[in-house]
This record gives sequence, structure tokens and C-alpha cells, in this order.
Amino acid sequence: MIALGIEGTAWSLSIGVVDEEDVIVLENDPYIPKEGGIHPREASQHHSERLPSLLSRVFEKVDKSSIDVVAFSQGPGMGPCLRVVATAARLLAVKLKKPLVGVNHCLAHVEVGRWKTEAKNPVSLYVSGGNSQVIARRGNRYRVFGETLDIGIGNALDKLARHMGLKHPGGPKIEELAKKGKDYYLLPYVVKGMDFSFSGMVTAAQRLYDSGVAREDVAFSFQETAFAMLTEVTERALAYLDLDEVLLVGGVAANKRLQEMLKIMCGDRGAKFYVPPRELAGDNGAMIAYTGLLMYKHGYQTPIEKSYVRPDFRIEDVEVNWD
Amino acid sequence: MKVHLGGEAEVKILDDVVVKKRVPKRYRIEKLDRELRFRRTKMEAKIISAARRAGVPTPIVLDVEGDTIVMERIYGTPVKNAMSEDISREVGRLTAKLHKANIIHGDITPMNLILSDGRIYFIDFGLAFFDNKVEPMGVDVHVYFESLKASFDDWEKLRDAFIEGYLEEGGKEEVIVRAREIEERGRYVERVNM
Ligand SMILES: Nc1ncnc2c1ncn2[C@@H]1O[C@H](COP(=O)(O)OP(=O)(O)O)[C@@H](O)[C@H]1O
Ligand SMILES: [Mg+2]
Repeated sequence: MIALGIEGTAWSLSIGVVDEEDVIVLENDPYIPKEGGIHPREASQHHSERLPSLLSRVFEKVDKSSIDVVAFSQGPGMGPCLRVVATAARLLAVKLKKPLVGVNHCLAHVEVGRWKTEAKNPVSLYVSGGNSQVIARRGNRYRVFGETLDIGIGNALDKLARHMGLKHPGGPKIEELAKKGKDYYLLPYVVKGMDFSFSGMVTAAQRLYDSGVAREDVAFSFQETAFAMLTEVTERALAYLDLDEVLLVGGVAANKRLQEMLKIMCGDRGAKFYVPPRELAGDNGAMIAYTGLLMYKHGYQTPIEKSYVRPDFRIEDVEVNWD
Repeated sequence: MKVHLGGEAEVKILDDVVVKKRVPKRYRIEKLDRELRFRRTKMEAKIISAARRAGVPTPIVLDVEGDTIVMERIYGTPVKNAMSEDISREVGRLTAKLHKANIIHGDITPMNLILSDGRIYFIDFGLAFFDNKVEPMGVDVHVYFESLKASFDDWEKLRDAFIEGYLEEGGKEEVIVRAREIEERGRYVERVNM
């Protein structure tokens, strides 16, 4: 069986085609803000302008008629972007006369990670621009055990980067700078139970920079503090749930220092650490295609009249009836 | 002797005492690691005593040194294995007592509550702090609700019982409202422009 999936909840615009075994095609055309952070309307305009050509690029590589299921990310995300994606998916499903499946974006991150690593029942740390969550399965639902009380780690990194005069996306630039950092400055370390918060840290780090501390040291201190918080909460979830696998997903999963910290934590408690290949860890269409395929095979279908966008879609809202 | 390796501490359960040592974490930089372990140990001991003075059952602290606390051992069952609506209501009452004393526990979960002789002991003040604002109290309650959701199918009833107990003991309604708001707020759509 072959599924096509469209992702476009925020800056990423991506279409993937997969079968049960592997990714067949993955084509991306991300929105990159000219200045500042992401502007929802600009992002959705980008998506609607570029979707047709992205689709034709995909259909140069796979035969349209081979598609069995059309999947799309239904939420969570920015309303205007979601609407563009949902509209395109509906049209395509009708044209191909194939079933439509609306997919939860967070669920797709976790499922593609389980598909492309050996993780079976992991605690997932999902870290992206807008989302930072610790997720694990309980019975027939995934549950969020901890999450950011304000901004996602990716947006926090981007915000700090902008303040230090670095262009979007700031995450990778902070990572590079941090490698050269030497002096560690304490920043507000905010973990409340399983939840955490980054906004106070961003403000404090910005002040540090304004007071003349080198960018390298600010970046270093920020990463060390923020990632320690994420690692700590992940460890708490492992201990609480008595699990022994960690799966790192989302755009920030690419960060080598975060990977290293989780790896050390897992090693010390005899847990296994997994991270999917970079192109499947961040937002991508293949994860939507794969999860749509999985759901379709387990009886899910989204009738057109129920294919409205769900900006607040929570992973807990999906009943999981597969292994 | 039982050794419990928790999220952050190594807890040795001896015959009559419990020795809780915050072990170094290799994943984080030493300066931060030391700071967190020592700060949290000192704070934990201080708050355990304050909570007891506020009328909340806690183990007696026998000694504190660096990253280690020695405390009285509470014999009983973790609330995780004995949860009921009555217990959740009592947790609500005791949480209100903590909050009236401006104590935020920070990790109210069924694993950090021990049922002993019909009393519920709050242990593990490892993430606790003093605060008189609605927001951290709301987070405190939110954490408890999330942990109910994670562990019990009838979490809604348990949550409602907690709320009853909390209000009955003079906990503020706005804290409960805030807990709900925090749940709503943890959402993508409102955060994306930050
Ligand atoms: N005073 C005590 N009396 C009896 N058991 C305790 C006591 N303190 C801790 N424990 C047991 O040890 C476990 C871990 O201790 P806790 O203080 O919660 O550490 P952690 O921060 O690792 O969760 C608790 O869940 C409880 O079962
Ligand atoms: Mg505990």
C-alpha cells in the first residue's frame, strides 16, 4: 500500500510518499521568513503558492495512480497554514478517488520515529519550534507527561539568536556558537514537576548578552541549561513510567549536544536512546504519509466533511489501536 | 535495604531512616549540576519542616549535609497503589494547607504521597519552593491532574474529589481556574509568534 502525506503546520512545506517499508519520495519547500520570526499569513501564502509545483515534483517521481491513501497534517499548528494543506489534500483525494486521512502532527513525529528506529515503547522527547513535549503511550492513547508552559525550545533558540543578530533559523547557529563557548553562566532553571518553561531563560540570556558577555558563552550557557531541563524531565518520565527507551524527535532533535546529553542520561540508567534520520526527525511529509497509512490500515478515514483543520489538536485526542 | 533510583536522587530505605542523596548527573555541566543538587537539597529540608508546621504530614528531617538528607522512614503504601476518591479529596485538603503556607510542592504525584495509618504523607519536596502567587499554585495543581490522567482511568472523578477537598480547606477557586488555563495554554497556536 502506498500513501502520500502533506505537511505544512508551520514553516515547513513537505510532501512524502511511503509504502509499509520505506520512504519512496520526500520533497520539501520550506518557508523562510525574510526577517524576524514566522509570520502565519506569510507562511500560508508561501504554502499556497508552492504546493502545486511541489506536488508536480512528487508526481514526476511516483505514478499518481499508485497512491492508495492521501494523508495531511490536520493540526496542531497555525490555522492559515493548516487550511492550505487541508484544501490541497481534499482536492487531491477527490481527484484520485482515494480515501483521506487527517493526521495529528505530534503523533506523526512519534510514529515515524518508531518506524525508522528500533524504539518500541519509548518515552518520546518531541522538540520543535512551537512544541516541546514529553510523550509516552498509556494503553490506547499517547499522553503528554510534561511540556513547556510557555514557548517551545526551538522558538526560544530562535528568539535568542535574533536578539544576538543572527538570522532565522537560529537553532543551528546557536549550536555552532555554543561549541566555542567556555564560560558557563547560570540561567533560570525552571522545571515544575514534569513541565518546564523557557521564556524567563530567554530574557535572562538576552540580558547576559546585552551586558557584554560573548555570544559563544551566551549560546553555550543557554544550551547547557535548556537541554539539562529537557533531559531531566525525560529522565523523570522514564523513572515514573518505568520505561527504558528514549526517542528524540522534532526539528531540534538535530542538535548534537542535546543528543549527547540524552545519550549519557540513558547510558547511566541502562536505557536505550534513539533518534531517527535528520530528514525524518524534523517536520516532513513522510511522517504524515506513514502515519496516515498506519491509521488507514487500522480502520481510520476522514470523510471530507470532517476534514476541517484542528489548530489545537492534541495527541491525546487520537485513539491508538495499533501496536 | 531497598535502594530507589528516582529521577534525580538515590533513596536508600533503611530500617528506620531514609537517606536521600542527589547523585551527580554526568549529562549536565558540573557547575550547574552542583548548584542544582546543593540548592535543592537545602531547600527540600527547609520546606519539609515548613510543611509539617503547616499541618501537612511529612517525614521528620534528622540531618542535612551537602547533597544528602536523612529523614524518618514512613511505613505505608504509595498512594499510586491505593488511590481512591477519598484519598484524592484528602490530597486536595493537604495541598490547600501547603498553599496557604505559600509552599509549592512542585511534584504532587501519586508516587510522592505515602498512605500510612490513614494519613497521607507528602514526601519528595525536591522541586518545592515558596511562593504566594496564583500561577505556581495553578501549576502545582495542574501537575497533580496530569499525573492522575497518566495513571488512572477514572482520573476525572479523582480530579473532582481533589477540587472539593482543596476548596473545602480554603484553597482559592482562582487556583483551580488557573490550573485549567495552564492546560489550555500549553498549546501551539498561542505560542507560535513568540
Ligand atoms: N521518608 C520516607 N519514608 C518512606 N519511604 C520513602 C521516604 N522518602 C522516600 N521514600 C520512598 O522512596 C521513593 C523515592 O523518594 P523521593 O523522595 O520521592 O525521591 P525522587 O526524587 O527520586 O522521586 C519514594 O517514592 C518512596 O517510595
Ligand atoms: Mg519522588
